[in-house]
Amino acid sequence: MDLFEYQARDVFEKHGVPVLGGVVARTPEEARAAAEQLGGGTVVVKAQVKTGGRGKAGGVKLAHSPDEAAQRAEEILGLDIKGHVVKTLMVAQGAKIAEEYYFSVLLDRAERRYLAMASVEGGVEIEQLAVERPEALAKVAVDPQVGIDAAKAQEIVAAAGFADDVAPKVADVIQKLWTVYAEEDATLVEVNPLVRTEDGDVIALDGKVTLDANADFRHPEHAELEDADAADPLEARAKESDLNYVKLDGEVGIIGNGAGLVMSTLDVVAYAGEAHGGVKPANFLDIGGGASAQVMAAGLDIILSDPQVKAVFVNVFGGITACDAVADGIVHALEILGDHATKPLVVRLDGNNVVEGRRILAEANHPLVTLAETMDGGADKAAALAHAAS
Amino acid sequence: MAIFLTESSKVIVQGMTGSEGQKHTTRMLASGTQVVGGVNPRKAGTSVTFPAGEGTVDIPVFGTVAEAMAATGADVSVIFVPPAFTKAAVLEAVDAGMPVTVIITEGVPVADTAEFFTAAQAKGVRLIGPNCPGIISPGKSNVGIIPADITGPGKVGLVSKSGTLTYQMMYELRDFGFSTAIGIGGDPIIGTTHIDALAAFEADPETEAIVMIGEIGGDAEERAAAFIKDNVTKPVVGYVAGFTAPEGKTMGHAGAIVSGFSGTAQAKKEALEAAGVKVGKTPSETAELMRRILSA
Repeated sequence: MDLFEYQARDVFEKHGVPVLGGVVARTPEEARAAAEQLGGGTVVVKAQVKTGGRGKAGGVKLAHSPDEAAQRAEEILGLDIKGHVVKTLMVAQGAKIAEEYYFSVLLDRAERRYLAMASVEGGVEIEQLAVERPEALAKVAVDPQVGIDAAKAQEIVAAAGFADDVAPKVADVIQKLWTVYAEEDATLVEVNPLVRTEDGDVIALDGKVTLDANADFRHPEHAELEDADAADPLEARAKESDLNYVKLDGEVGIIGNGAGLVMSTLDVVAYAGEAHGGVKPANFLDIGGGASAQVMAAGLDIILSDPQVKAVFVNVFGGITACDAVADGIVHALEILGDHATKPLVVRLDGNNVVEGRRILAEANHPLVTLAETMDGGADKAAALAHAAS
Repeated sequence: MAIFLTESSKVIVQGMTGSEGQKHTTRMLASGTQVVGGVNPRKAGTSVTFPAGEGTVDIPVFGTVAEAMAATGADVSVIFVPPAFTKAAVLEAVDAGMPVTVIITEGVPVADTAEFFTAAQAKGVRLIGPNCPGIISPGKSNVGIIPADITGPGKVGLVSKSGTLTYQMMYELRDFGFSTAIGIGGDPIIGTTHIDALAAFEADPETEAIVMIGEIGGDAEERAAAFIKDNVTKPVVGYVAGFTAPEGKTMGHAGAIVSGFSGTAQAKKEALEAAGVKVGKTPSETAELMRRILSA
């Protein structure tokens, strides 16, 4: 899960990382009040969107008074920044910036450890800096068993070439940012820019934090950081039923077992759709190992409530799950759904106890269900049905 | 031969006394795996009775992995414990110097994996997984949750990030059979990579050709492609899942995410093709490519 800047700011503050005052606002009035709360002086009104480039898009503006903050908020709220509509602002204290730096620590999948990156040339797009002036971006490996201790923080500031007067302060902030990374179970902590103010303080001015969903069990408080507004309504419903569902833009609903097979099913359907008016997969839905009737019914229910869906492809390879249980699940799911089930279903079963599974579906002889012998054949049939109904 | 797992492998199960552990120990025994013990400190000294052929077999439970190894000569451990306890279980196996440790558990925090992987590397312990279906050398041994009855022994080696695509590919090529099929898992950090498996298959005299299955996220497939180009002489066919996955969405597996322009299926396919690997558009087409190689 990616955090908003204001959430990252709060998490930083919790772990002692120096940040400026910041108050969330969702209306121009709230922005005015926030600016007053921050002392009535100069503030920065910042769009809270989970994408880069908001400055260029007009999402960050200076305001010299509470009235001006309200005006700027008016201008920024509702902006569309790369498909993200601004609903939330952070009104932040102004700072007199002397220098801008960069720091991040993240998961290095290839080396299977962590990577710290730092530069004395912050404030710019870091991907651009990495390409244009790679020598200006220090990259230092971090041992997962040790983390960033004082010695590692020294190594990082030395590699990046921080000036002697500021290096100890930066090293201290880097160690605190490591605490954020480790204690919050983050996979990314990025500060851009990390600034030195004219008063000589080192402050995290903007932060980006990604949290590891697998670690949610030891961070119940992270549930509050979730952005309920952003979730697609179908995705939100699926989540309530503990279903692994991702909404896509297409006509063929997909249900399968196992993440890899479901991803593959989407591709095979898109490929088959090329011959059937360009129909595409409507969703990702992995019903996992134990495909009970209830799980199948919950999954079908969500897919059938997607008005874009014209046909459904159920693609299951029974490993531990037996195909007869899946077939029973489909039959019972259709009973549970009754008149709500209105769209054709193509079902391909293979693997554990497939003969019995196919027999159950053949015997039930539900008018909406067509059996397919192969994955490619099933994808083609489902694409054809979706195209015919479009 | 096969890779990482042979008929002489002696296997212990961490989490054998739990419901998942019992279910899969039963299946592993039924497919001929030498399961020699379980580990549970609270049930040390007891045993668990499993069906075996016409009768039953009692598998002893040990208090620690080290005790189980000393008593049984076990050289493979398979872990079926919940995510919150996985790190402790793996570190115990690593500290005991277990040569191969297979982690089936899904949902392990990546920081835990990073930590136990680093420890395993220092000790020379091979980890497989986490979030994987395990490994099968058909007719010899089966460790994890891969169904043993899809196909038998043969000359194809299979390495895959995905469990169900492993089963699908074994099924597609069931008339040829496999030396070893290994599911390496879909997490951002995994113990055994495509490259590790490719190197082992290249060195395995029983393996004549290799199927490699990848998916979106990270650049493991790109690195595997570079490795194949320089080091693999056996024919390799590939498949990559996730062409239709949207940017920024995790597709089931924790590691299956396209970030910006990195980790796309297209880039992986292109890298593999540039290394001379034929890549199928569907699992069936991929199997067909392998079929042609094996029939030539």
